[in-house]
Amino acid sequence: MADLLFYLFAGITLISALVMVLMPNAVNGAMCMIVSFLGTAALFVLLEAYFLAILQVLVYAGAVMVLFLFIIMLLDVGEDSPAVKPAKLSIFAALTGFVILSGLVISLFTDPASLPATPAFEVAENPTGLSANNGIPFTTSAKSFGYSLFTKYMLPFQMTGFLLLAAMVGVIVVSKRITETEPEAETTD
Amino acid sequence: MTLFEAWLPVILPVIFALVMISVFMGMCAYAVLAERKICSYIQGRVGPNRTRLPLIGNVPILGDFLTGLGIFQPAADGLKFLFKEEITPGHVKLGYYYLAPIIALTPALTTMVVLPFGRYVDAAGVVQPLALANLDVGFLFILAISSLGVYGIVLAGWASNSKYPFLGAIRSSAQMISYELALGVSILPVFMWSAAPGSEYGMSLFGVVQAQETLWIGIWQPLSALIFLVAIFAETNRLPFDMAESETDLVGGFHTEYGAFKFGLFFVAEYAHIIMGSAIFVLLFAGGWHFLPGLADPWPAGPVGAVLSVLWFLAKIAFMIFFFIWIRWTLPRFRYDQVMSLGWKILLPLAVGNLVFNTLLIALIDAL
Repeated sequence: MADLLFYLFAGITLISALVMVLMPNAVNGAMCMIVSFLGTAALFVLLEAYFLAILQVLVYAGAVMVLFLFIIMLLDVGEDSPAVKPAKLSIFAALTGFVILSGLVISLFTDPASLPATPAFEVAENPTGLSANNGIPFTTSAKSFGYSLFTKYMLPFQMTGFLLLAAMVGVIVVSKRITETEPEAETTD
Repeated sequence: MTLFEAWLPVILPVIFALVMISVFMGMCAYAVLAERKICSYIQGRVGPNRTRLPLIGNVPILGDFLTGLGIFQPAADGLKFLFKEEITPGHVKLGYYYLAPIIALTPALTTMVVLPFGRYVDAAGVVQPLALANLDVGFLFILAISSLGVYGIVLAGWASNSKYPFLGAIRSSAQMISYELALGVSILPVFMWSAAPGSEYGMSLFGVVQAQETLWIGIWQPLSALIFLVAIFAETNRLPFDMAESETDLVGGFHTEYGAFKFGLFFVAEYAHIIMGSAIFVLLFAGGWHFLPGLADPWPAGPVGAVLSVLWFLAKIAFMIFFFIWIRWTLPRFRYDQVMSLGWKILLPLAVGNLVFNTLLIALIDAL
């Protein structure tokens, strides 16, 4: 049952991702991307990572894609925008990448021993003694997830936040129009 | 018999889900009737009082009484939506035009999977929630699924391919994105208090209700409750925030080009969102099925107690629905820039300030 569901949702995710890339219409593309995100969330559910699945829906399908769709509609990017002819070099690059990828996949399926064995990282235990109930063991519950995030993974968590802040400041700098001649630009919205 | 027993774990949840959907849709239908009756009372009119079903309506006194209450009106409304001529304008984008009403209704019906609506005492004497699924991250699930509801409006506006629906959709999606922030931040203090260290509940709604046995959270977190209530009004697109429709300047907003059953789906979706919003407010801030502040659980332990807890929860929801309708027919609509400045300049800073204050308070209590 779970295997069947995995193939179903993996198929939905991959096919909608492919259709999204190939679709000339921007709104169709955005809708396919939403379906692809929902398929990924379903795969997370099959892995019993409910918290991640919900975040995937909440953040990507719910918030990010609404903004995408909003911008697409606001700018009215229709299908009548001329399709860009890919340059010869990028066709060549895409073909090369595809050949390398298919070589890797074929060698993986024919002889798995030919690939270098990557050591799996040991999952470290959550630190104890930092909270009232002497640490929370690692499970899929939201509480344990938050505990790990704020103890074991504190540094990566903070770094991610800092990177997002940097990106946000960058967007503001890039998109802000410097208007020295028009000092009352902010009232014209 | 063994085959039946083998399939029972599959069949039973399906039956439960179907029962819950039918109760929920019935509540939607009667919420429409309540809206019509209450608004006519507020405006000094009588409201629907003529529709009569053949058999029950002919009972001498009872029939007249029920007809006057308009009890049979939802059946007539439903039939009207079903049998009207389906008109599809020629300029619409067909696929999304048909998809949009379905997407509008589905999230509202999906969120009720995690909604606990009562409690029972199991064989071991432990209080358990009555819910289709008692998820550890129940509230996040509701937030995630209901954030998909905006696609119904956006797609309806875009697929209608005409100006008023498009304006309505753009306005409403901007509004829903803005108020989702304040809504999400305003409930964080609730979960910070209810999921205290040592409690086994994470972000489950059952845990929040169980944390309100002595005092409802709405009483000692009034700011959170107020911000949440305003944001829920905005998320359900109700007056005074009905930027999506605002019939005075946009005809019908996003559903201008929709008629018959497709309009009916949008219409039901609006009331489904109101009922879900009321239920979530009652669970988070008004004690769920607990009787009164201080007198948490007077219900007996058996099935009678379970039924009483469900009825009391439904009574609270009914009051909240009444409150939604009351506000709609009392307050005038905000201007669009007022909606935006209320969301970004007042509600969001207030919610963040409330969060910081509660965090400091909890840290202080921990240190003492």
